[in-house]
Amino acid sequence: MTFFLQLVVTGLSLGMIYALVAIGFVIIVKCSNAFNIAQGHFVLIGGYLGYTFLVVFHLPLWAALILAIGTAALLGLAIERLAVRPLIGQSELAVIMMTIALATVLEGLATLIWGGEYKTYHGVLPTLTLKLGQISVPPESLIGLMVSVVAVAVLMFIFRYTKIGLAMRATAEDLQVVQSLGIKATTVYAVSWVIASIVGVVGGILLGGVSGVMIPLAEIGLKAFAVVLLGGANSVGGAIVAGIMLGVLENVAAGYLDPLLPGGGFAQIFPFVVMIIVLIFRPNGLFGLARIERI
Amino acid sequence: MGRGTFQETYAQDMAIFHTPSQWGALVVFLALLLACPMFVSDRVLTIVTMIGIAIISVHGLNILTGYCGQISMGHVGFMAVGAYVSAILTAKLGWPFWCALPCAALAAGMAGLVFGLPSLKIRGFYLIMATLAAHFIIIWIILQLRSITGGPDGMAVPKPRIGSLVIDSKARYYYLVMVVACLATYIAVNITRTRAGRAFVAIRDNDLAAEVMGINLFIYKLQAFFIGCLYAGVAGALLVHYYGFASVDQFPFMDSVWYLGMLIVGGMGSIAGAVLGAVALKLLDELVTIMGPVLSAAVAAQAAASLALMARGVVIILFLIFEPRGLVHLWGMVKAYVRLWPFSREEAE
Repeated sequence: MTFFLQLVVTGLSLGMIYALVAIGFVIIVKCSNAFNIAQGHFVLIGGYLGYTFLVVFHLPLWAALILAIGTAALLGLAIERLAVRPLIGQSELAVIMMTIALATVLEGLATLIWGGEYKTYHGVLPTLTLKLGQISVPPESLIGLMVSVVAVAVLMFIFRYTKIGLAMRATAEDLQVVQSLGIKATTVYAVSWVIASIVGVVGGILLGGVSGVMIPLAEIGLKAFAVVLLGGANSVGGAIVAGIMLGVLENVAAGYLDPLLPGGGFAQIFPFVVMIIVLIFRPNGLFGLARIERI
Repeated sequence: MGRGTFQETYAQDMAIFHTPSQWGALVVFLALLLACPMFVSDRVLTIVTMIGIAIISVHGLNILTGYCGQISMGHVGFMAVGAYVSAILTAKLGWPFWCALPCAALAAGMAGLVFGLPSLKIRGFYLIMATLAAHFIIIWIILQLRSITGGPDGMAVPKPRIGSLVIDSKARYYYLVMVVACLATYIAVNITRTRAGRAFVAIRDNDLAAEVMGINLFIYKLQAFFIGCLYAGVAGALLVHYYGFASVDQFPFMDSVWYLGMLIVGGMGSIAGAVLGAVALKLLDELVTIMGPVLSAAVAAQAAASLALMARGVVIILFLIFEPRGLVHLWGMVKAYVRLWPFSREEAE
């Protein structure tokens, strides 16, 4: 039983990382129906930014956060203006290839600026520990959980009750109608990329504080797509639920199945197996709107 | 440059080459390919061989993605299937290469059929995710079958043998790859001119309209997956036989992305585009290899690694923004400019 609980608890912290990546991803889907493969790289850049501001510049946490969020907003704006806006009206593949190309450029920039090394800054972020019986919940899952719950709450509020949120949802629904109603679609796109970039960077700072960042971290972005599909590509709340589910399931499945399989490494492909199953049986995910065109 | 060519019969209209000069260009090009090993170094020969293998693979992806519109991000996974089937048949069972290669292609095609099944229900981003998952699942299965594939250690693959001829030198392998690449191009051109090829284009442009016109989406989408993965299987088999070694490290996920990038740089839905794109991105890689040491000496140690990561991404971004129709369209513009000179200005877009 203790083994099982330990698996669940470590799965939780993994799930929180998935959820943080997935939330940023869902925001852009919700606003522009574009799929941003580079979301994992925002997290990576965030981790390195946190390192620069907190360790290299010795700034207090609040100043570092403000600076990082400012940088993230600029990054999001630049990407939207220079790379995504020229593609309005082009095929879905063009947008996806653009974000993949952006991902490699971001990875290249991270290598150029920070040397692609492992960076961590333990003890700078406030820590929380919680004991449940014999099991200690790792601080990263608690902080991650809090940040993602707050992020989801804020985003749900924005989407449901503000004018820009309404404009975002409308833009995803039908670009032409929105433009004919006098809403500036380009502003909506810019806002969505800025928010996604900020969510990614804040997640990265968290991650850097608890477990460190390095280049392979960005590959978590690929696995987070399973979360996005499971939760539903246009459901912010779904991202967090599916993130926790998948993180825990992956860990439990790996813990019990790896000894049975000769090669092991089941955790590596578990998200992809889930992905295929979801795509075949419930393509719009658990909480997504059933808007997929069936043929 | 095709000034005043008139097609007066259906046969003339259907011909691939319309003018004698096009035939001449083809003959000169083939002669150059044939003579290439006599006057270039081994290093250049290796590059051209690799370009040939990439061209075969990109042709498959072009039929699947460029013509049929089914975006696949698991192309390298299907290459791995072909590679390992050919490796196992020749190394473990002692089959001759010319038997193993078609079997490898068929096996990859079958794998494509299996993972192409979801394409009937989903499309766009969701299909990308399904094929991406296919890549990781295929690689995992290869790693699991340690007793026959060697798992993470990889396996040795014998040099190809056709009859009594052992293809062991670089020049011989070059000829093998070039023959297969030329055949692959010829077949790809003709596939796109058949009923199936036109059905693929119809599905890409509007699948609903295609179905109403009587095109069976189920059959034709699966056909596109089968043909595309057939090509991938051949390319994968040629790749591992060239190295004499098969390991999953030769089939990284990002290569699938770069094959799509080749299509974008070259021009989607065009056979010439697939060839041009493969050549362009492979030459870019060589440029990066040459520039890397220069950069790391001039700027910083990590600049070379960074350049290697960024070069292809930057090129793809530039093409997406400034020339989304690819090199083929660019070439068409140049041709039109030359043909109409000195009145090109008025005709320019």
